Amino acid sequence: MDRLIDLDQIGVSLGGLPVLRGIDLSVGPGDSLGVNGPNGVGKTTLLRVLATLLAPATGSGSILGASLGTPEVYALRSRIGLLSHRPSVIPELTLAENLRHAASLSGVDTGKAETALRVVGLDGVASRRAGASSFGMLRRTEVARLLITAPRILLLDEPFTGLDVEAQELIGALVTRTTSAGGAVVIVSHDSDHLAFHTNRLLSMSLGRLEQKS
Amino acid sequence: MSFWSQTYEIARVDLTVERRLGDTLRIVLPFAVVALLVFPLTLGVDLTAISRLGPAVFWAIGILFGMQVALRQAAHDDQERRDLYALLGVDPAARFVGRTISGSVLMAGFFAVLLVAMLVLYSPRLPDGWLSPVALSSILVAIGLTELGTLAGEVTAGLHNRTALASLIVAPLALPLVIGASQTLEALARDTGILPWILVLVATDLALAVAGVGLARPLEEASR
Repeated sequence: MDRLIDLDQIGVSLGGLPVLRGIDLSVGPGDSLGVNGPNGVGKTTLLRVLATLLAPATGSGSILGASLGTPEVYALRSRIGLLSHRPSVIPELTLAENLRHAASLSGVDTGKAETALRVVGLDGVASRRAGASSFGMLRRTEVARLLITAPRILLLDEPFTGLDVEAQELIGALVTRTTSAGGAVVIVSHDSDHLAFHTNRLLSMSLGRLEQKS
Repeated sequence: MSFWSQTYEIARVDLTVERRLGDTLRIVLPFAVVALLVFPLTLGVDLTAISRLGPAVFWAIGILFGMQVALRQAAHDDQERRDLYALLGVDPAARFVGRTISGSVLMAGFFAVLLVAMLVLYSPRLPDGWLSPVALSSILVAIGLTELGTLAGEVTAGLHNRTALASLIVAPLALPLVIGASQTLEALARDTGILPWILVLVATDLALAVAGVGLARPLEEASR
């Protein structure tokens, strides 16, 4: 497969307002793409389209060879990993239970959860409830989940916000691991320094349009 | 991962969350018992009327408070969790069935405690052999009400005031369950045969199961 992500003139409107306009984008195996732009320009919406969670209103495209907006994408979703800006955890479960739950649902050996917790430095607090954990801990738990599920396409939404240097390095390691395995990474952030460091291609976004970063 | 493995995992975690939150046990159930207790006070000392009304009040309060149990998942189900399940490859139908199983277990326990409270508070004169039909109809109502609650939660996902909207969907659609359950006991008392009313409950449960499984995917996609 030449391209893991291929978008052609994608447009999305939310609540009657255009959020993405004429997006053309290609990302191949081993690529890491950074999308920079201020808040509210459509970066998160772009990631949701790439995650197949939002069908485009106009244009066409494919993710992992499946056409966007068709039932073909359902079976491919488990090969897409998304780190959204709000942590996706069940607050009443412990950090370890959250990981085991994700592993179990995706058909991965639940024993990998313990290893992943060690890798992200959470083995000492694994029995803490997610609802009583800090944002940084939840982020690390999500990184551990992505280590377990090993997605082919990794989508990161403002992944460096609120994290210490060690946790930011974990994100970097996750990006390298994905691209080394022939996957693709798209990171959206308003922090251009981090993007330049962790990606090999940079685009900027303005009012729903992608532009070449000058 | 197979459909049934996902179903089991969803149900298992749902019951774990409920055990820790205690929504049903510590909030809904005590209020339902209080409602059962308060109702006879409005009738004064007419013990015959109280005894006669016991089963009807049990079903009315059971269904009204049971709706809260059925809709409790909608209160905790946010967009992030829905997205996570989608990206973990969870079949929306497996999520519906898993939640229906966990909710039905909770609801059956809720009805069991409420039934004991009603027997103690109202001392109703029940026909011989009442326990099995009441237990069966309670289980069927528990399943149907949970299916309705899960389905209503899916229909209203992503909408503002979804809990209130979901209640408005569940209340009228629960009518066949109310009628089937209350008439089972009536039919037993009049010795006219309970089978038609049990069949009403079974048919309602089956129709809701087919609708829930069939609509799970389209509703999930439409909620985004």
